Amino acid sequence: MNAIEVRNLHVRYERVEALQGVDFDLPRGTALGIVGPNGSGKSTLLKAVAGLIRPTEGSVRVDGRPPRELPPGTIGYVPQIEDVDWNFPVSVRDVVAMGRFPRAAPFRPLSAHDRSAIAGAIEALDLGALADRHISALSGGQQQRTFVARAIAQEPQLLLLDEPTTGVDAATEDSLLHLVRGLVRDGLPVLMTTHDLDRAAEWFDRLIVVDRKILADGAPNAVLESGAYAGIREHTHTHGHRR
Amino acid sequence: MSDLLAPFQYDFMQRAFVAALVVGVLCSALGTYVVLRKLSFIGDGLAHASFAGIVIAYLRGANFYGGAAVATIVTALAIGFVHRRGRVSLDTSIGVLFTAAFALGIFLMSRSTRATVDLSNYLFGNILGVSSSDVAVVVGVGLGIAVVVGALWRPLLYTSFDPVVAEAAGIRAWFIDYALLVILALTIIVSVQLVGIVLVAALLVTPAAAAGQLTERFVPMMLLSCAFGIVSAIGGLYASYELHASSGATIVLLATLIFFAALAINARRRRRLVL
Repeated sequence: MNAIEVRNLHVRYERVEALQGVDFDLPRGTALGIVGPNGSGKSTLLKAVAGLIRPTEGSVRVDGRPPRELPPGTIGYVPQIEDVDWNFPVSVRDVVAMGRFPRAAPFRPLSAHDRSAIAGAIEALDLGALADRHISALSGGQQQRTFVARAIAQEPQLLLLDEPTTGVDAATEDSLLHLVRGLVRDGLPVLMTTHDLDRAAEWFDRLIVVDRKILADGAPNAVLESGAYAGIREHTHTHGHRR
Repeated sequence: MSDLLAPFQYDFMQRAFVAALVVGVLCSALGTYVVLRKLSFIGDGLAHASFAGIVIAYLRGANFYGGAAVATIVTALAIGFVHRRGRVSLDTSIGVLFTAAFALGIFLMSRSTRATVDLSNYLFGNILGVSSSDVAVVVGVGLGIAVVVGALWRPLLYTSFDPVVAEAAGIRAWFIDYALLVILALTIIVSVQLVGIVLVAALLVTPAAAAGQLTERFVPMMLLSCAFGIVSAIGGLYASYELHASSGATIVLLATLIFFAALAINARRRRRLVL
C-alpha cells in the first residue's frame, strides 16, 4: 500500500481554486519534492495531506485512510512559517517533547521510550547545547531545527516538510539533508516543498512540479531538464501569477 | 497566634476559607491557559453570560446555580461554535455572545412583573455567605475539573502553543477548545458567588499574568500562578475580615498588588541583564 494516495484533488478558497485535479502516489521509503512558484498550491497540498484542509473534491488517503481518521501521531508536519507566540513559556526540550504528546497516556509521565525519542531527536538535530534555552533566544535556523526535532521525536509514519531550508544556513541545510535521507533509507515517506532546485537531486527520489495542477512528475534531473518549471517561472515573471 | 486565627473560629469563615482555597487554585491554574491563549476577555464574558441564566432561574423559581450553569455553558459552547464555523476571531465571538446573553437577562427582567431580583451578591460576591452545600458544590466541581485538566494537560498545552501542528499530529484541537471552554464556564460559575461577576475575570487572569513575569517555563508558571491565587484568595479573605471590606474586592486588589510586584521584579531583572 502507498503511504499517500491523492486522487483528483481540488481545493478551493472562496473564489480561488488553489488545486485543480491533483493526482499522485507516494510509496514508503521515498522522498518526494514539490516545486512551483509562490501561490502555486504547494503548501495547500501539504495541508490537505495533513488533514488540515478538507478537499473540495477528490480524496487524500494516508496509509489507506483519510488523514483525520489516522491514529494520533501518524503525521509529522513542519509548516513553512511557525505562527507561534515566541514568548510562550517553553524551552527547546519542552517543544521537542510535544512530539510525544499525541500518543502519551493521560495521568502518566512520559515513558522511557518517549524520553529516549526526545533525546534522540535533540541529538539528531544537534540541539543538545540549546535544549534548556527558551525558544525566544534561538536564531531562525535553530528554531527550524527545533520544530523538525519535534516532528522526528513524534516517530511519524509520514513526514511533511514545508520549505524547511528557507532562511537556514548552509550547515543546517546539510544536516537536515543528511537527516532526511537517513529517515528515507529507514523506510519513512517524506513529502517536502522547496524552492531550492540546485540540490533537488540530492534531496529527492522524485520531483513534481505544481502550478495548481501537476505539470511534471519524475526523477529530479529529468523533471528539471524537461523545462516544466522553467516554463512557469517564465510565465510568472512575464504575466504575474493568476489569483 | 491565637489572635491571627481568631476569625477562623466562626463556621462561616471556615466555609469561606475552603471555598476561597478551591476557587483560588482553580482560577489561577486555568488562568495559565487563559493568559497563554490570550483569552483574558473570556472570564469577563462568561461571568456576564451567567446573568441570563440567573434571571431565568429567578423568574421560574429555580436554583440560581443551575440557571447560571446552563446559561454559561451554552454561551461557552456557542462562542466556540461561532469561532470555528463562522470564521470569526475568538475575541469577536466572545464579545458578540456574552453581550447577547447579558442583554437577554436584562430584556427578561424588564418584562417581568415580579419584584426585581437582588443581584448584588452576584455582581460583587459574598464569600462569607456561602453555605455548606455551596462549599460541597465548589469542592466537587474543583475535583472534577482537576481530573479533566490532569487528563488533558498535554493536549491543552500543545494546542495552546501550536494548534495547527497539534491538529496535524492527530490531537483533536476542536475537542480540546470546547473542553477548555466548558471547564472555564464551570469554574466561573462557582467563582461568581465568591468574587462576583464583575471581579471573576481578575482571578482568572491576574495570578497567571503575575507568574508569567517571573518564569519562562510552563509548569513553574502554573505552580506560581496557583501559589499567587491561594495567597490572594486566603490573604484577601483574611484582610477583608480585618478591614471590614468587601471580600471579592480585597481578594482582587491583593492579586493586583502581587502582579505589580512581579512586574517590578521582572523589570529589575531585565535591566540587570541589559547592563
